[in-house]
Amino acid sequence: MRVTVKLFATLRDGRFTEGEREYPAGTTIGDIIRTLEMDENEAALIFVNGRHADIGYEILDGDTLAIFPPIGGG
Amino acid sequence: MDKILRIDMGAEGGPKITESPVGAYAGLGGRALTSSVVASEVDPLCHPLSAANKLVIAPGLLSGSIAAMSGRISVGCKSPLTGGIKEANSGGQPAQVLARLNYAAIVLEGKPKEDTLYKVFINKDGAKIAEDKSLNMLSNYQVVEKMKGEYGNKIACISIGQAGEMRLSAASIAFTDMELRPSRHAGRGGVGAVMGSKGVKVIVIDDSGCSTRQPKDPEKFKAANIKFIEGLRSHPVTGQALPAYGTNVLTNIVNEAGAYPTYNFKQGRFQGAAKISGETYAELETKRGGLATHGCHSGCVIRCSGIFNDKDGHFLSKQPEYETVWAHGGNCGIDDPDKIALLDFLDDDIGLDTIEMGVTIGVAMDGGLIQFGDVDGAINLIKEVGKGTPLGRIIGSGAAVTGKVLGVEKVPVVKGQALPAYDPRAVQGIGVTYATSPMGADHTAGYAIATNILKVGGYVDPLKPEGQVELSRNLQIATAAVDSTGMCIFIAFAIMDQPETFQALLDMLNAFYGLELTAEGVAELGKKVLKTERDFNMHAGFSQIHDRLPGFFKTESLSPHNVTFQVKDEELDTAFNW
Ligand code: SF4
Repeated sequence: MRVTVKLFATLRDGRFTEGEREYPAGTTIGDIIRTLEMDENEAALIFVNGRHADIGYEILDGDTLAIFPPIGGG
Repeated sequence: MDKILRIDMGAEGGPKITESPVGAYAGLGGRALTSSVVASEVDPLCHPLSAANKLVIAPGLLSGSIAAMSGRISVGCKSPLTGGIKEANSGGQPAQVLARLNYAAIVLEGKPKEDTLYKVFINKDGAKIAEDKSLNMLSNYQVVEKMKGEYGNKIACISIGQAGEMRLSAASIAFTDMELRPSRHAGRGGVGAVMGSKGVKVIVIDDSGCSTRQPKDPEKFKAANIKFIEGLRSHPVTGQALPAYGTNVLTNIVNEAGAYPTYNFKQGRFQGAAKISGETYAELETKRGGLATHGCHSGCVIRCSGIFNDKDGHFLSKQPEYETVWAHGGNCGIDDPDKIALLDFLDDDIGLDTIEMGVTIGVAMDGGLIQFGDVDGAINLIKEVGKGTPLGRIIGSGAAVTGKVLGVEKVPVVKGQALPAYDPRAVQGIGVTYATSPMGADHTAGYAIATNILKVGGYVDPLKPEGQVELSRNLQIATAAVDSTGMCIFIAFAIMDQPETFQALLDMLNAFYGLELTAEGVAELGKKVLKTERDFNMHAGFSQIHDRLPGFFKTESLSPHNVTFQVKDEELDTAFNW
């Protein structure tokens, strides 16, 4: 399955900004976070196709996954 | 802070200065104080630019002490933009300086008979006022330069630019930062126009010879302050994200969530967002020898601001806030970070609210005055405001006026004030705040983004109407209280998640004043402030029908989620039922 993965703010350090990546069927967001060597507290805000998602979500072909550390502003 | 400085600008024989004890306003600070003075001393039916209106400038309860984050300042009046009560607050040094001089507030009242300009100088010996026609139509940076020449570098300034002098409804009041740049603004609601109507161009304050304000219980106060700072440093938002990227770290996430109003609120995502994100700005700042982390006042430990240099390494503006980057950026189809920083500088210099200006230009683009994406056209429009041309005066009067003049249907305002950087269709909680806040559309009044998007203080699904009224109500109450302490609202990220940090704040207030304030007491203060403000608005002619978003948010759906604003009118009407 091809999935677009986008990382933001400090999560980019030593990783990447955006990339198309291949994952086997049944991969969860939690699996992806582990392969990216992030801990779950760092990956605080997760969006799939613009909607909040949990780490247990199984990604589907063509999904866009965006991961943010805890952030704020206003 | 036991006295109030009043200047009657319309007194016989010229402005008259009096100092009086705080009296009935004792124990109030910031927004609680400005809103109380306006509500009890200003006729709700008066013209905002008339002698009957008053401009109240008040530091917070802990300003001038060693308390971290305590340097916000509130400005209150009847707003020329909304016609209702207004509290606009700002960072910068003046809160600390005024508080050390022992003033709970400055109140400008009356109106000079002649069209002239004054400067006010305040130090430990009191206040003086002098006519100074040479200040006529100077910009904020120019007037501060001039004041430095006259009074030296140990001052702080509160000033208006050309927009305030022309009494335009989008005019802001500038407060200098620690390096004497007039880059922090009480932006919203046209408070600068009210200062202009009083004929006061600049207030110069100097606290030489004054000491830090002392708490009743210094030991307890110090201990609480240390805990408070620890809490701010250890929370990932206030300890890491805000210092590293500033508020503009929000561009990517709001865009990702499909809530980034683009092309005058036509779609929820902007193609050029990455080019103007906080990540991009921070990188440019570091590369060009600016600063990605900078505090707007002494005592700020979050330091969400920064210094943005041009490609040759010269100061262009302070790091523009998220709302500014959005207003002049995605909302206008502009994705050039340098030009957006220039627009930020022009707004600060002429003395204009960046949100109101960006939204106004977006409306002007929708009306065909210039094209979306025309950045030089946008720069030119802001310059027109500074010159005071007829077109500039229309633009400087804000989105509602400009929309009318150009015959535009989609004008994103509530109570005449422009909507900020979050589309209420894709973040329904903030829609409730925009609709119901006594301030008009104001994100800071009840920042539902925290819970809807950033998962701070829990989580409420941003795309559904359920739970949004309650969320907004609680946030509006908490914000009214925090705005009264003089604390920067960004402490909210830490105190919403960490009870011990909230307790440290209460401990500081209690140790300072010898109080026994509890969490419930704080909530009561917030409710009292909101009630005072809503009562004023009611007497100024506002009713439930003004607590509504413009119709198109209910009828036109927003991509990518194809949502409309779903919270029902009857539910909005319960926002203040507590
Ligand atoms: S966090 Fe930002 S806005 Fe708040 S006081 Fe510090 S620099 Fe100013």
